[in-house]
Amino acid sequence: MKSVSNVTGRPDALRRSTDDWLVLTLLAGFGVFFLFTVVLPVWTILWRSLHDSKGAFVGLANYHGYFGNPALLQSLGNSLVVATTTTVIVVGLAFVYAYALTRSCMPGRPFFKAMAMVPLLTPGLLKAIALVYFFGNRGIFKSFLMGHPLYGPVGIVMASTLWTLPHAIMILSASLLLSDSRLYEAARSLKAGPVRTFLSVTLPNVRYGLMATGIFVFVRVLTDFGIPKVIGGNYNVLATDIYKEVVGQQNFEMGAVVSIVLLIPALLAFILDRYVSSRQSSSFGARSVAASPRPSVWFDRGMWLYCTLITVVMLAVIAMGQFAAVVKFWPYNLEFTLDHYRFDMEGVGWENFRNSLVLSFWVATLGTMATFLSAYLVEKPRTHGAIRQVIQALALLPMAIPGLVLGLGFLLVVNKPGSFFDGLYGTIALLVIATLTHYYTVTHLTSLTALKQLDKEFESVAFSLKVPLTKFFFKVTVPMCAPALVEIWGYLFLNSMTSVSTVIFLYGVHSRLASLAVVHMDEAGRLASAAAMAMLIVYACVVVRLLQLIISKFLLRRLQAWRLPSNP
Amino acid sequence: MSSSPSSTTETTPYLQVRKAGKDFGAFRALEEVSFEIKQGEFICFLGPSGCGKTTLLRCIAGLESLSSGQVIQAGVDITALPTSERDFGIVFQSYALFPNLTIAQNVAFGLLSSGQPRSQIDARVAELLELVGLVGEDRKFPGQLSGGQQQRVALARALAPSPGLLLLDEPLSALDAKVRLRLRREIKRLQRQVGVTTIMVTHDQEEALTMADRVLVMRSGRVEQMGTPDDIYDRPASPFVADFIGTTNLLRATVIAPGLARSGSIEVRLDDAIWPAGSRILCAIRPEHIHVTGASSTGASGPPGLPGTIAEVERLGGAYRLHLRTAVDPAEIAVDLREGDPALAFVAGGRQVFLHLPVQKMRVFGAAA
Repeated sequence: MKSVSNVTGRPDALRRSTDDWLVLTLLAGFGVFFLFTVVLPVWTILWRSLHDSKGAFVGLANYHGYFGNPALLQSLGNSLVVATTTTVIVVGLAFVYAYALTRSCMPGRPFFKAMAMVPLLTPGLLKAIALVYFFGNRGIFKSFLMGHPLYGPVGIVMASTLWTLPHAIMILSASLLLSDSRLYEAARSLKAGPVRTFLSVTLPNVRYGLMATGIFVFVRVLTDFGIPKVIGGNYNVLATDIYKEVVGQQNFEMGAVVSIVLLIPALLAFILDRYVSSRQSSSFGARSVAASPRPSVWFDRGMWLYCTLITVVMLAVIAMGQFAAVVKFWPYNLEFTLDHYRFDMEGVGWENFRNSLVLSFWVATLGTMATFLSAYLVEKPRTHGAIRQVIQALALLPMAIPGLVLGLGFLLVVNKPGSFFDGLYGTIALLVIATLTHYYTVTHLTSLTALKQLDKEFESVAFSLKVPLTKFFFKVTVPMCAPALVEIWGYLFLNSMTSVSTVIFLYGVHSRLASLAVVHMDEAGRLASAAAMAMLIVYACVVVRLLQLIISKFLLRRLQAWRLPSNP
Repeated sequence: MSSSPSSTTETTPYLQVRKAGKDFGAFRALEEVSFEIKQGEFICFLGPSGCGKTTLLRCIAGLESLSSGQVIQAGVDITALPTSERDFGIVFQSYALFPNLTIAQNVAFGLLSSGQPRSQIDARVAELLELVGLVGEDRKFPGQLSGGQQQRVALARALAPSPGLLLLDEPLSALDAKVRLRLRREIKRLQRQVGVTTIMVTHDQEEALTMADRVLVMRSGRVEQMGTPDDIYDRPASPFVADFIGTTNLLRATVIAPGLARSGSIEVRLDDAIWPAGSRILCAIRPEHIHVTGASSTGASGPPGLPGTIAEVERLGGAYRLHLRTAVDPAEIAVDLREGDPALAFVAGGRQVFLHLPVQKMRVFGAAA
């Protein structure tokens, strides 16, 4: 009965209050925002892919050209091979690591959990650069590859694995934590052995987590630009093809076609992911009891060894990045120097780093406000049902669009002579909007999760007490969600610092970012300087992350008074 | 037992609901609901889950809109008014207390936008906390209070702006049984003291009977009966009400002559002769109204008793409930005997007993097809 009255939400037959008008206006505002940042860019790409360079409609001719070109088709195959291989490796490695974190009694679990998160503070490019130092032509472990060249699929898979492993561990740990100990007790009471229990209880329980992880890794690698650019050599993938068509040949039409080709698997994966996540939520009920692992000497030792190995590899990569940035000339002169931090190359310098900080600050600040507000409007006031659903759908869309495709869409919108947005090209503001759009969905969903934990009758009470919605929002909703807001701010900042693909088409002389400078210095063969710039990004991320931890602690302590178990 | 509401304003109802209807898609949640509430009355909406009582409350609050019909409060048509322009305070089952605000801040929340000076607000908050018995708790947070205390804070918060109408949505159902019993009386006392017109939604008939001045019994989106607790208990308007409120024996019977019906193989006397012969009827009689004796006749004048054998005995606190097999339809009849009732001696002996159904206590309904 209650569910009936709450789902249908409400009263569009009632006269609108001031609050209703405010909500409606804001929702419409978000609609316009998404129209320009999501719908228009994708539409423009689609439009360009159906026209020739003079703007004449050519139907599917460009697509014919694409599928008739063996070199371009080869890239499609390469992308799928690399993404699939990485997905299989990462899901396997991450599952064991996450299993050790959540289901073993090995010593140092908090430490290993923290170590798995450290690489999140480093850009994917750093892994690629470090690999060059390990396994490249002058690498110390070159012989490990047994004659296979690092530049190419081997390098891309290795770097992508290192890059996506921490995320995969995070998703899988969360999924493994949601295990119901009652199922394990039932299995034990039915005399099921460990193998059978694993196959019939553990695996089915995490199958959605495994699928979600697989989809995440696959899409990440499929759409990534930075790693194949640095370490791919002559091995072309879709993302590098788009870049070559657009930047190298100024062939926007073919760039648009490849973008659509890249967009389709990303969209499919997105739809599958939404389906999977909607299935997962129902598998762990409110009455479930979290399982706690039982000690087992050999299993725990094995797990400890495994986690140590993985941690050492992940940390070694970062350490190598740092080492490369401060030695004179690898591997011949290992003297300490800070010369590489002077970035004496045309158009590159400390101002790139400053640009990145400015960009990340604004993306994080504006993004936190915007996503929290849009999530609130979608979740809470329960008015204007139809437009709310439209906004929710639009807020989910950016996740389905690869960064490079979104960036190209922005370029095509802005770069049209006489366009309304002409003046935006090359400005930090444009980079902020594009980056913000790219990371919109994840933060919108995080906000939704936080908001769903608030009593759904809060607004009803506020209305009945005649308190304006804005006042209620700032007095209750925002303070209650403060920890989530800090979390979102940090997430946006870190990702903006390391992002390459969304902005590579959009920067200008005065808005080149540190992450782009890494790509350009690598392109120019200045690997040590590229490593130094990548390390600057790492320093900033570490500082921000530490600040975030301190602020969260402070917030929690201050809010602890009411964070006690309360009645349902 | 209920008290009559003050008679001064009896002429004009404070709240009128006229032919209210509410559809959720194809589902009809409310249908032709009409009733009136007098100033200062305590009304309970009572019914099984899904009967529409919460929807009705939400429509009165403007949290849902009506599909048809009208709501008039204090002479003003409020049917289309948004929640924030209506005059009521509300307490939800979850209380929806703001966890990050102290008790005093929660109670003061509805006063802040009233433009009163700080000192006046503080005084009002102190007054309310005293009223609900929470003096000295004002600096605590909701999470530090017990469920019953949170409930009282929610009441104080709802009453702070002195609303004309107080709405309570299953306010006691999240509490322990003991606390619930105490709070029932406390809410009732508070309501009388403040004099605010109150509507409470509940699925607990005992709650409704003990607290309400009048009870609105609902079923499948319709009003089954509205009346005082005495009315609905002693004079239920339908077999549904008779069955839903308390325990009732419902005998299926056919009228064989004016004033006489047959149920199973037994003839039952009826109080009046309005039912024509051949009518199918339901006779409702409560377990506590049936007398039990050891002999077939109670004395010289009474009709012969209905023979029964004991199937089962349940202990209900200070009384016993006997389940007896008889020749009526349905065959099992429940009878309540207080402790000390001489008839219990027959029960202990396991003998055949005789039931006497007092005609004046029996309610007769036409049986639906």
